[in-house]
Amino acid sequence: MNKKNPVVSLFASVKLALFTLILLAVTSIIGTIIPQKESYDFYVQNYSESTARIFKVLSIPDMYNSWWFLGLLGLLSLNLIVCSFDRFPGVWKQIKKDNLETDPERVAKMRHSQAFQAEQNEEELSTRISTALRESGWKPEQRKHGEATMFFGQKGAMTRTGVYIVHASILIIFVGAIVGELLGFKGSVMLPETRTTGSVYEFGTGKAIDLGFEVRCNRFDIEFYETGMPKEYRSSLTVLENDKVILDKDIEVNGPLTYKGITFYQSSYQGFQDFILHVTDKKTGVSEMISIPFQQRGTLTKHNGALIGVINAETIGQSVSRIKLWFKDNQGPASIFWVPDGDEVTVQRTNTDYVIGGKQMYATGLQVAKDPGVWIVYIGCGMMIFGLYLAFFMSHRRVWIVLKPEKSGHSIQLGGSSNKNRVGFEKTFAALADTVKAALK
Amino acid sequence: MDSSQLLGITTFTYFFSTILYAILFIFKAKKLGTPATVFTVIAFLIQTAGIILRWVESYKIGYGHAPLTNMYESVVFFAWTIILMYLLIEWKFKAKVIGAFAVPFAFLAMAYGSFSTGINKEISPLIPALQSNWLIAHVVTCFIGYAAFTVAAGLGVMYLVKNTSASKQETNDDTILGTLPPLKVIDDITHKTMVFGFLWLSVGIITGAIWANSAWGTYWSWDPKETWSLITWFVYAITLHARYTRGWGGTRIAWLAIVGFISVIFTYYGVNFLLSGLHSYGSS
Repeated sequence: MNKKNPVVSLFASVKLALFTLILLAVTSIIGTIIPQKESYDFYVQNYSESTARIFKVLSIPDMYNSWWFLGLLGLLSLNLIVCSFDRFPGVWKQIKKDNLETDPERVAKMRHSQAFQAEQNEEELSTRISTALRESGWKPEQRKHGEATMFFGQKGAMTRTGVYIVHASILIIFVGAIVGELLGFKGSVMLPETRTTGSVYEFGTGKAIDLGFEVRCNRFDIEFYETGMPKEYRSSLTVLENDKVILDKDIEVNGPLTYKGITFYQSSYQGFQDFILHVTDKKTGVSEMISIPFQQRGTLTKHNGALIGVINAETIGQSVSRIKLWFKDNQGPASIFWVPDGDEVTVQRTNTDYVIGGKQMYATGLQVAKDPGVWIVYIGCGMMIFGLYLAFFMSHRRVWIVLKPEKSGHSIQLGGSSNKNRVGFEKTFAALADTVKAALK
Repeated sequence: MDSSQLLGITTFTYFFSTILYAILFIFKAKKLGTPATVFTVIAFLIQTAGIILRWVESYKIGYGHAPLTNMYESVVFFAWTIILMYLLIEWKFKAKVIGAFAVPFAFLAMAYGSFSTGINKEISPLIPALQSNWLIAHVVTCFIGYAAFTVAAGLGVMYLVKNTSASKQETNDDTILGTLPPLKVIDDITHKTMVFGFLWLSVGIITGAIWANSAWGTYWSWDPKETWSLITWFVYAITLHARYTRGWGGTRIAWLAIVGFISVIFTYYGVNFLLSGLHSYGSS
């Protein structure tokens, strides 16, 4: 074997991997104790001026994105790559090895071995041995070694790649994260009911990001349990392109909306002092919606300039339970009545009846993300589990049988080895030996 | 009969199981082996019934969710997975005395859940963030991992206990320590249990990431719980590499099993109470 470049052997070493993993584990603790992504003043107030300055120099306030933490992850990646390139060829050689070239003398010296004698002729024995192997699921191959015949079968040779699949999966996850970082964005928008937006605001920078289409919030609802705990937040959203409705969907926490790779997540809400009212003339069928602030009047243009206003509102906790409306068309004195929040009532006027409803106005807080790398990350995750399973719970098992003519009859020598789970293999091997023994009778 | 009664009984039966295994270990009362196992299996079945009943009750109230959603329910499930893990190990490796080092953890979890004043035992409704199909997959996989690591730590303690005087009394079967399996066997089971836990912890972290992505649009946000689960993952990754490639075994691995367990407990419990973050709902 050639002498390796010392730099290569350093980066291929498990020592470096252990060192990096220990550093990652220990430094990761810092960010769980010191609050992350706070303002400089926060650290000055909670620690001290000089500590805050040290934090800033070491990027502690955003340590998981700091040069040194990313550097450690980079070092781990380099280590994984070099180590895998260094070791994988050897493992591949093991997988592709021509095991029928094994010296027949070695079979008796294997970790697991057993020998039998038999009287039948060679052809008969050869058939019986390969049948026994096949019946035990070994798919045997055979080759002549002088007078002797060697049979070989193996299972799970590919499981030797398990460790490398795990290593590759970690790199793939990193690639997915980088793709997401470069080509995606994370932002949010507070969108009042009935309003439309074509852009959202990036986290951290607050920069406006153009969506390339528009989103309207038609309605926002909160459901409560009897205990007063929130049960569900729901926003009814409409996606529009060039003022044309593309799709409608209600989103909930854990139930987002995705359009053109951009996903909208229900994340928060805000109650306004404004109200959304709707008025329908029962006779003409004319319907109109209006949003007005608390204790102010609005004009209903489609209803010949009728006036409407919210004069009072009752609340339970922070949410409005019912609202008191004031309504006046050009016939007679004003009507004053209560409407349960989100509901409607019929109001009788001189000429016609109106259906009037109203609700408190909310804005829905949407988290908006585009992450084209997420599927790469998921593929990496799947590979990791598959690789871990191969690496830890499967083994490469090999069995050899050498049939050799003796002075009288034949000797049959079994040998076997497994790279892992020796206890389990011992049983497999013993079972095979029994099968072979039975076949020789 | 309601679920809280069944789970209350479970606490006492696990206490009794602990006593049986302790006697088995300390007084070398090998005859107690089968009764201890039978008793533990019965306790486990009572607890299983209790958990199922609690699930049914939550549907009757109208909340309808798996009993895996607050600190009380999680310690109950933790105890359940520890016993399940232990019974599987006892069955596979035929070493009953391990019970003396594993069952106490399940008892302590149940006792904490039952007697701690800071814990709300009511069945409460689910906040919107927890209403997801990923809830069961995430919690179950994490706890299988936690339980395996807990048993591995018990085995680590067992190894260290035996090892303290092993050099002097190696072959003496008459001492207390003679009832423990040989050091090599303990070492092997500890390792296998950690490997098993590592696979499940990995699945637990991944299901958590997928859930986070479907709820918030970020599969990883370095919140303290996530970070600590990763730290725990690092600890076991280090342990496995040290064993496979540097041949570590025995005392060192036993200590690492204990260090790993401390990290698990901090991830599971410490983060909820000492640090703040997205998983804060787990603390009540």
